[in-house]
Amino acid sequence: MKAIYGLYTHGASAQSAVDRLRAAGVADKDITVLSPEPREDLALSHMHSRTYMWHFACLGGVIGFSAATALAYISETSWPLNVGGLPVVAWWPNLIIMFELTMLGAIVATIITLIVSAGLGVTRRGIYDPEVTSGSILVGVENPPDSSVDAFEQALSAPPGARVKKI
Amino acid sequence: MSTSSPALPASEQVRSDLLRPLLQTSWKFYVLVAFLGAIVVAALAAWVTQMTLGFGISGIRWPVYWGFYVTNFVFWIGISHAGTLISAILRLVNAGWRRPVTRCAEVITAFALIIGAMFPLIHLGRPWLAFWLFPYPSERMIWPNFRSPLVWDFFAINTYLTGSLLFLFLPMLPDFAIVRDRATGMRRRIYGVLALGWRGTPTQWHRLETAMQIMAVAIIPVAVSVHTIVSFDFSMAPVPMWQTTIFGPYFVAGAIFSGIAGLIIAMAILRRVLHLERYLHPVHFQNLGKLMLVMALLWGYFVFNERLVTYYGNGASEMQVFWRTQRLTFAPLYWTMVVCNFVLPLVIMGISRFRTITGCVIASIGVVIGMWLERFLIIVPSLGHKYLPYSFGTYSPQPVEIVITVGTFAAMTLLYVLFAKFVPIISIWELTAVQHPSPALIPPATAEHPLGETHA
Repeated sequence: MKAIYGLYTHGASAQSAVDRLRAAGVADKDITVLSPEPREDLALSHMHSRTYMWHFACLGGVIGFSAATALAYISETSWPLNVGGLPVVAWWPNLIIMFELTMLGAIVATIITLIVSAGLGVTRRGIYDPEVTSGSILVGVENPPDSSVDAFEQALSAPPGARVKKI
Repeated sequence: MSTSSPALPASEQVRSDLLRPLLQTSWKFYVLVAFLGAIVVAALAAWVTQMTLGFGISGIRWPVYWGFYVTNFVFWIGISHAGTLISAILRLVNAGWRRPVTRCAEVITAFALIIGAMFPLIHLGRPWLAFWLFPYPSERMIWPNFRSPLVWDFFAINTYLTGSLLFLFLPMLPDFAIVRDRATGMRRRIYGVLALGWRGTPTQWHRLETAMQIMAVAIIPVAVSVHTIVSFDFSMAPVPMWQTTIFGPYFVAGAIFSGIAGLIIAMAILRRVLHLERYLHPVHFQNLGKLMLVMALLWGYFVFNERLVTYYGNGASEMQVFWRTQRLTFAPLYWTMVVCNFVLPLVIMGISRFRTITGCVIASIGVVIGMWLERFLIIVPSLGHKYLPYSFGTYSPQPVEIVITVGTFAAMTLLYVLFAKFVPIISIWELTAVQHPSPALIPPATAEHPLGETHA
């Protein structure tokens, strides 16, 4: 069996299923939860919420800033044009290029971090049921040990309104 | 400005209503696309004619080298401030009423920037040489002058365009997944690719919301910088009434002003055509109308500053441009601009009885016209009357410029129509999420808000 999961129309039922799976000995990292929208009202949505995205955004900004500084400096010193009496390396105008590329670096780093850390890609991996985008919350376990399937099925079907599926 | 969320339909109703335009197509859609497409084709034909016959068929000639094309460039970059900037601010302050508005706004930014960025190419005359503008070393020993405002434009507009497209695209991922799960065949495959394998895990939701926060923080200063840098195209040049320190904030305020007006018009049309009355409530228009009123006052303040300083300085060349716009050749356009940008929004948005959807749309149309005139009046009178008499001249737009200008408005509308046909124009997941607010984010009931106030 590849997975066993339950579909729930109410958040409280989904939360109850998660709690019962935990009680059955399943670690948080092994519980799959899919919801049609962010459910900050439920504890289940706060699993795996630690992220270094802000740090990576700052790092991207530093890389962008460095690239802009190098690009402006090398360009200006390689072809020293006289423009309106400005020095060859004129930092005030260069600040604009440096600012823009700093922000671009932060934006690009954010997107890369999102794609990598959220597991986004063209192909979909893991349990999925199209009913999730119709409003149901999915709670399940992938590759459950055969000896635990009955216990998991019991845990998933206990909350009111549960529909349990095996694939 | 109210932060309360108007009542919304249940989740399934939201999905059904907002997916309807994607799944059902009326004959009116094809007629509209054909009509707008014909205008766009006419504009492209005009552009090709200009490339074939040369720039001489336009009205741009010495000393007025910037006419309709640069007016349109500045105007569309200004309109682009509607979306991402407003959306980012509303996201950061967690304004509950923003949810139906943000995507309508962000789309305007993406398309207005693309259209605006076309004008430097059109204005080049020989667009196939546009790569000369790009910052790269070349064997011709030409290297971009990093102290030129035109190079700043290149970096600023491309950063803003990249950021805005990503800011628009990210919250569409969950909605693409919704369409993917309801579609069949080729459409299912296309939306599947666009959804990037979205499943809706807590990690994905958390990362998406964090990314949107970071993007919002990053995009606000970029948006401000873009129009400041566009203003530098003018204020760095020794031309009467251009070289002024007020141009940066003046341009930013004007951009936000015209952007809000563009957003109100787009929302009103969407509301009517796609029957989104349950989502775009009068309160959305009233809130944006109040914002537009603030921007009208700010715009008036900047114009007064600009005019008073010039008048008091009494420089000979500056005063000649000043009087050309106040009393002489350009006076009819100038005073039309003042009525459209100041009097009209002040009266309509200032009196609550007039702050209806119709009132907001009338004021917005006025502001769009007024802001286009403002761009024109900044450029043409000054260029036609510089410091020395040998450089005096006039400008009269020719048919090719008028057709291209009209074509860009049609192109903007066409792109918007096509977008609304293929993507939910209101973010579905953001609307359904509001029905499950985090308890920590719901302040207790007060005398003013007896039912509490949702800030989710």
